[in-house]
Amino acid sequence: MLRISKLSCERDDRFLFDKLDHSFPVGSITQLEGPNGAGKTTLLRILAGLFTSFEGRVLWQDRPLNEARIEFNSQLLFIGHKSSIKSGLTPLENLRFLVGIQQHITKTELYAALEKVGLYGYEEVLCRNLSAGQQRRVALARLYLTQAKTWILDEIFTAIDKQGVAQLEGFLSEQAKKGVTIILTTHHHLNIAQLQVLSIGRQESSDSLMVSQL
Amino acid sequence: MTNTSNSLSSVLKVILVREYLCASRHRQAFINPLVFFAIIIALFPLGVSPEPGFLSLAAVGVVWVGALLSSMLSLDNLFMKDYEDGSLEQMVLSAQPLYLILLVKSFVHWTLTGLPLILISPLLALMLHLDFQHLPVLLLTLIMGTPVINLIGGIGAALTVSLRSSGVLVSLLVLPLTIPVLIFGSGAVQASIDGSVINGHLAILAMLLMLSLTLAPFATSAALKLSVSN
Repeated sequence: MLRISKLSCERDDRFLFDKLDHSFPVGSITQLEGPNGAGKTTLLRILAGLFTSFEGRVLWQDRPLNEARIEFNSQLLFIGHKSSIKSGLTPLENLRFLVGIQQHITKTELYAALEKVGLYGYEEVLCRNLSAGQQRRVALARLYLTQAKTWILDEIFTAIDKQGVAQLEGFLSEQAKKGVTIILTTHHHLNIAQLQVLSIGRQESSDSLMVSQL
Repeated sequence: MTNTSNSLSSVLKVILVREYLCASRHRQAFINPLVFFAIIIALFPLGVSPEPGFLSLAAVGVVWVGALLSSMLSLDNLFMKDYEDGSLEQMVLSAQPLYLILLVKSFVHWTLTGLPLILISPLLALMLHLDFQHLPVLLLTLIMGTPVINLIGGIGAALTVSLRSSGVLVSLLVLPLTIPVLIFGSGAVQASIDGSVINGHLAILAMLLMLSLTLAPFATSAALKLSVSN
């Protein structure tokens, strides 16, 4: 279980969130919601342990995250805003690295995962020759391979077509039932029954936008 | 919970294979510094004096300075691409020690930049009329010195990777730290030419190598964590 307590984060003299308390129970799917610049990505990076300039505490299984770093990392899947896909490598080579630094993986499993995300026949094509959506799908293939129990996913639905989104929704909800904790951001409206929404970002941000437009 | 993570050796192998794959798709980046090195040394006699007596005196210094500068050229390749596409985050989030991952990366980088440079340096040194009998010493100092430059350079590259234009900054940060390598590297060959003992120089070079092998990756991983958290 991942929990944040009294989390405050200030960036460029603005409070992104102030004394935020929330817990992400095992098997939950949480969507972070908020306007652009509200700090969704920052919160995800704090949860993943990539961003450390904050006040308050991030606890994983009731231990501070920085003390449980190695155990936490070994069960973490983080797909960031940058998808970590190398354009000079093929989907197969990319995946072998991205999954291989976490867990043992066989070639058959890699092929099977790429087929699941609709990249059958593209395994040996350089990623720079794939479309944006296909490159995203290479990153998403990690979901089908990982044994990680905490998934932190930043804007994974970007450039994915409707069928792809529907397939992913089903898959995420199925995995959550198996005990995977999922925290994600997206501007899509997700069709997942057990979805919880965490709104961040101050309300006045939209007001000030309106004022400036006037 | 069962331990699902991959063993250390296979993780390092995955990284090793992937580094060489990436390099094989961007060969240009590793050929440029080598060509730069060859050109510096080829042009030096034209610019100063082609007289053998003078060249043989200057040879060691020129080869070493050339090696140092061309190593600086390739430092940008070390982390920049991985930072831009987010792979660096994945390495930082790996359950395996970043220290060892970075050692593997540095090793690959050295075999692609330092090693080719060492291999062509005897030829270039002979071009500068360095006496044949001093070549082994030159090679030995380069073998010990270039990894130090790479490892120290890695710290600078890691510190500046999140900056948009870091070109000159890396050199400014790293070059002063590599001066001892230059002094003792060229000093050893010079001592060999003068016919004096070279053990002292080599011992200091070996110490620099050991220190940078053990300490530089720590500094680099700390710097990378900082850069990634921006």
